[in-house]
Amino acid sequence: MAKVLLKGNEAVVRAAIEAGCKYFFGYPITPQNEIPEYFSKELPKIGGAFVQGESEVASINMLYGAAAAGARAMTSSSSPGIALMQEGIGYISKAEVPAVIVNMMRGGPGLGGIQPSQADYNMCVKGGSNGDYRTVVLAPGNVQELVDMVQEAFDIADQYRILCIVLADGLIGQMMEPVELRKPKERPIPAKDWALTGRNGGKTHRVYNLKLQAPDLEKDNFDLFKKYAVIEENETRYEDYMMEDAEFAFASYGTASRVVRTAVDRLREEGYKVGLVRPQTLWPFPYEAFNRPQIKKYMDIELNMGQMVDDVVLGCGDKEKVEFFGHTGGVLITVDEVCDFAKKIMGGAK
Amino acid sequence: MVKEDRRIRIITGYYGSGKTEFAVNYAFQLAKIANKPAIADLDIVNVYFRSREKTKELEEAGIEVISSSVVEDNCDMPALSSKIAVPFLDKRYDYIMDLGGSEVGAKVLGRFGDTLDRSEVDFFMVVNIYRPETGTVEEIMHQIELLERMSGCKVTGFVNNSNLIHETTMEDIIAGDAYLRQVSDRTGIPIRYTTCMLEEVSDVDALRKQVQGEIFPMHYNMRKIWM
Repeated sequence: MAKVLLKGNEAVVRAAIEAGCKYFFGYPITPQNEIPEYFSKELPKIGGAFVQGESEVASINMLYGAAAAGARAMTSSSSPGIALMQEGIGYISKAEVPAVIVNMMRGGPGLGGIQPSQADYNMCVKGGSNGDYRTVVLAPGNVQELVDMVQEAFDIADQYRILCIVLADGLIGQMMEPVELRKPKERPIPAKDWALTGRNGGKTHRVYNLKLQAPDLEKDNFDLFKKYAVIEENETRYEDYMMEDAEFAFASYGTASRVVRTAVDRLREEGYKVGLVRPQTLWPFPYEAFNRPQIKKYMDIELNMGQMVDDVVLGCGDKEKVEFFGHTGGVLITVDEVCDFAKKIMGGAK
Repeated sequence: MVKEDRRIRIITGYYGSGKTEFAVNYAFQLAKIANKPAIADLDIVNVYFRSREKTKELEEAGIEVISSSVVEDNCDMPALSSKIAVPFLDKRYDYIMDLGGSEVGAKVLGRFGDTLDRSEVDFFMVVNIYRPETGTVEEIMHQIELLERMSGCKVTGFVNNSNLIHETTMEDIIAGDAYLRQVSDRTGIPIRYTTCMLEEVSDVDALRKQVQGEIFPMHYNMRKIWM
């Protein structure tokens, strides 16, 4: 298919519909409003439904319901809206219904601001709801990857019966780039024989959260974590950039990694042996990618106060090897700032 | 070039067609020949990539920037400054009005009614055929209708801004020209400019021979270097 020029938020809708998503539930919030707006126009054309909930709390529970009925459905929001959805996220995770959320992050905490940020790493990657659970978190670095990951998110969700979050930021949502809608890789996707579609003469289907007997609940949790181990094995993903002979490495994802990539090019021109390790999945996190004895320092660059640092430290096993630079509250980092920071860390090591 | 356009240049077009990038580039050109250039950012649709983000650079070039009446610029309130209408009456101004996208963005003009003398206005419609809703002749015709109906202005010229950002080839621009020629034949509206991002297409002379409309060389102002 020929390329088209799409804004990230528009691209989410195109990709989701391509992936067979027919239902969207959401509540408006900047900077992702083009997603519900575009869905509201497109879904009726294909016999789907767009519902604007009375709040994010309502929307996430509508998503829970639609997903429990076996539909491909999603919601989207931005940081404070995702914060409101946390209870529903826990319910969906316990009930193991496949669903997709897109989060176009903005500055926080609280209502924060409307400029781009990566402030929800902890909330989305570590989990902001109660209990032992995980959600798959995909971190696109450009609009094409956003398109690919939104499509894949539906397949991953269905394959493992899990909630899959596409964690981007306002800038990727608002940025315009040429994209191509292409099919994701084939996956073994089981039939939804558990979905609430009626017995049809067969066994009763149940989707539920409450388990009052502690040993039963514990067994459920053990089963969940067996599944999570399989996902960690199969789905962990990252990208290396200029890492072949690197002695120093940046750790960065999403929009921040775009800035860092340009900084790597510039530093390479000046003779620095530096590269970039870009996690594409934040959970499962690519710990192995940071376990490279030849790397003297990892320089973690994020649009927050260093929420990924702990994971990079776990990966490399030495907190002395990890340094951080970032901006927060919606302020973007610049290529100059990243280069200056890196030179201080690397010294004269070319 | 920009000197021959009417005193008030209103830049409109489908959402994401590249209006702001064109308007800002146009403003820098205008600043070279105009005594009192001004640009108004009337984008009440977008929250990022608005011309007001370039206020400092524009003012340094001698261009007056009129934007939201809300002092905080990181705000998504559809608030417009009353100063917008000043250049309508003060004829010393050479004026660019950068509208928000689509008919929703063009709606802003409705409030000015008769204070805006249409004979002083060039209503330029920016078109990128690689954007949704303007990828066919029929779709472009439909957009013209929507923009004209909502704004109360008639499109006086097209700006062919067909591009795929860094992947733009000369053929992409020529393909946009071919579509717009068909629209031009049907409507009688000329192709006023063909944009050419100098970072992407270097052989401007070769392009000039193959397209209608004056070549309008541009540089990226709104995209950051790492984008």
